[in-house]
Amino acid sequence: MGTNLEEQFQQKIDQEIKIEPKDWMPQKYRHTLIRQISQHAHSEVVGMLPEGNWISRAPSLKRKVILLAKIQDEAGHGLYLYSAAETLGISRDEMYHQLHAGKAKYSSIFNYPTLTWADMGAVGWLVDGAAIMNQVPLCRTSYGPYARAMVRVCKEESFHQRQGFESLLVLSKGTDEQKRMCQDAINRWWWPCLMMFGPPDDESTNTIQSMQWKIKRFSNDELRQKFVNMIAEQVKILGMTLPDPDLKWNEEKKQYDFGAINWEEFKQVIQGNGPCNKERLDARRKAWDEGAWVREAALAYSEKKSKQS
Amino acid sequence: MMTTQEIENPLIKFLLHLGDNALIMGHRNSEWCGHGPILEQDIALTNIALDQIGQARNFYQYAAKLILESSGEQLTEDSLAYLRDSWDFKNCLLVELPNGHWGRTVLKQLIVSAYQFCVYQELEKNADKQLAAIASKSLKEITYHFRWSSEWVIRLGDGTSESTQKMKDALDAIWPYTNEWTNFSDYELNILGDSHLTIRENFEEKLGAVLSEAGLTAPTIAFSQDGGKKGNHTEHLGYILAEMQFLQRAYPNAAW
Repeated sequence: MGTNLEEQFQQKIDQEIKIEPKDWMPQKYRHTLIRQISQHAHSEVVGMLPEGNWISRAPSLKRKVILLAKIQDEAGHGLYLYSAAETLGISRDEMYHQLHAGKAKYSSIFNYPTLTWADMGAVGWLVDGAAIMNQVPLCRTSYGPYARAMVRVCKEESFHQRQGFESLLVLSKGTDEQKRMCQDAINRWWWPCLMMFGPPDDESTNTIQSMQWKIKRFSNDELRQKFVNMIAEQVKILGMTLPDPDLKWNEEKKQYDFGAINWEEFKQVIQGNGPCNKERLDARRKAWDEGAWVREAALAYSEKKSKQS
Repeated sequence: MMTTQEIENPLIKFLLHLGDNALIMGHRNSEWCGHGPILEQDIALTNIALDQIGQARNFYQYAAKLILESSGEQLTEDSLAYLRDSWDFKNCLLVELPNGHWGRTVLKQLIVSAYQFCVYQELEKNADKQLAAIASKSLKEITYHFRWSSEWVIRLGDGTSESTQKMKDALDAIWPYTNEWTNFSDYELNILGDSHLTIRENFEEKLGAVLSEAGLTAPTIAFSQDGGKKGNHTEHLGYILAEMQFLQRAYPNAAW
């Protein structure tokens, strides 16, 4: 019976029929999705912090409004994704608990600091750009609620990416200091962004099964290469450079060759030793702990009201 | 350094007052973004901050236009927000007070939106078409801010014993900054005329109704804090401006 269900499940996947919450699915498929979707949701919420760092210092009212709206969109993405994960039988509170206990991961990129205003542009252009590369294929992922959430997320993310690029374009045409700010931000964000695609294919433990289940549709290295090809062209419009002496167009392969990624740094950041891991997690825990009395009061009030009616 | 201290035109002063209230309150509310107690409410308060900064932009743009017409000085929404010092700001003191906990923040927001609702409701009828249009557009947003903050004040006032106590303490701390709103300055009276009486009455009624439903009683206070409308602020405003204006001050004349 078990094998039969599994066969039917794989047949559906092969026929591109979406898996829905009430359908039978292998435990490992469920767990993989919970892990991936909750990581993704956490990334959205933790990702609010490095950008939130510049709300109060945005250099114009227009930029302040754009930044606030962008971060608000990320909170919204967090909501869709937590809801998608909940359809698999885990509650949002449980997911928060895993995050706060340091058991759940989130994208390593948000453990880097935002040091100048140009980082807001670089985060939009590069970080959201890398996220989109990962996420566009997820709009066709085999689990229905996840795929549908990603359609909305991707629309907004590509808007953010254009906004980020536009904000760097202004800096690139500005004063010498602004140009320097722009190049410095690109230098700092470039390599960590390449790491966002995850370890190389021959070291990625989750890839093969996820590809078979069509949770993933492209490998880490394929997506990373697409990203490099795109950004290597876009950076020319800014009149800036990418901090990689080995970056070179390969006419034979019709793609850019690029230098070696420092995977030791990636490992360290994943293990909690990045520049801001502690601050990010502390900020989330603090928001949760200090909000406890608010959530308790809201619950007590609504219980009181429902008894009265 | 730019200053708007010599401006005598009451409409311009009033616009700056309205804009400054909205901007500084929006600034404080935006400090919550990413740190709220509930994700949905983080989004809601960020929405309010966005509305407030948007309103400030409308008031500043109009003020800049009138300043250009009256003195020929070229100002923008950004020079008004980023290049004035604290003595030029005309906001009420309440908006610059630190957020404190969530309950104190929603209480501050309740007072601000109750006031803004009442004043915009009158300004909507003002003979100055541009002012009336901004007020009318803002009123739609404020209606939501008022409802949202009322619901929170009621929920926390009538929630657990801990939340009730926290709200009582917050009310004690904030109440001395409430009268300033309806302690009208000359430039406000010049624009509002007799409608200031209606505003004061509606404000007290609106605020009183919510506090009463929340089971909270306004404390008796011996003395009210004010001065903001004339540019005498709390120590907090200087820090808000130092942070907010940093890039404009550090890199003068750059475009962003």
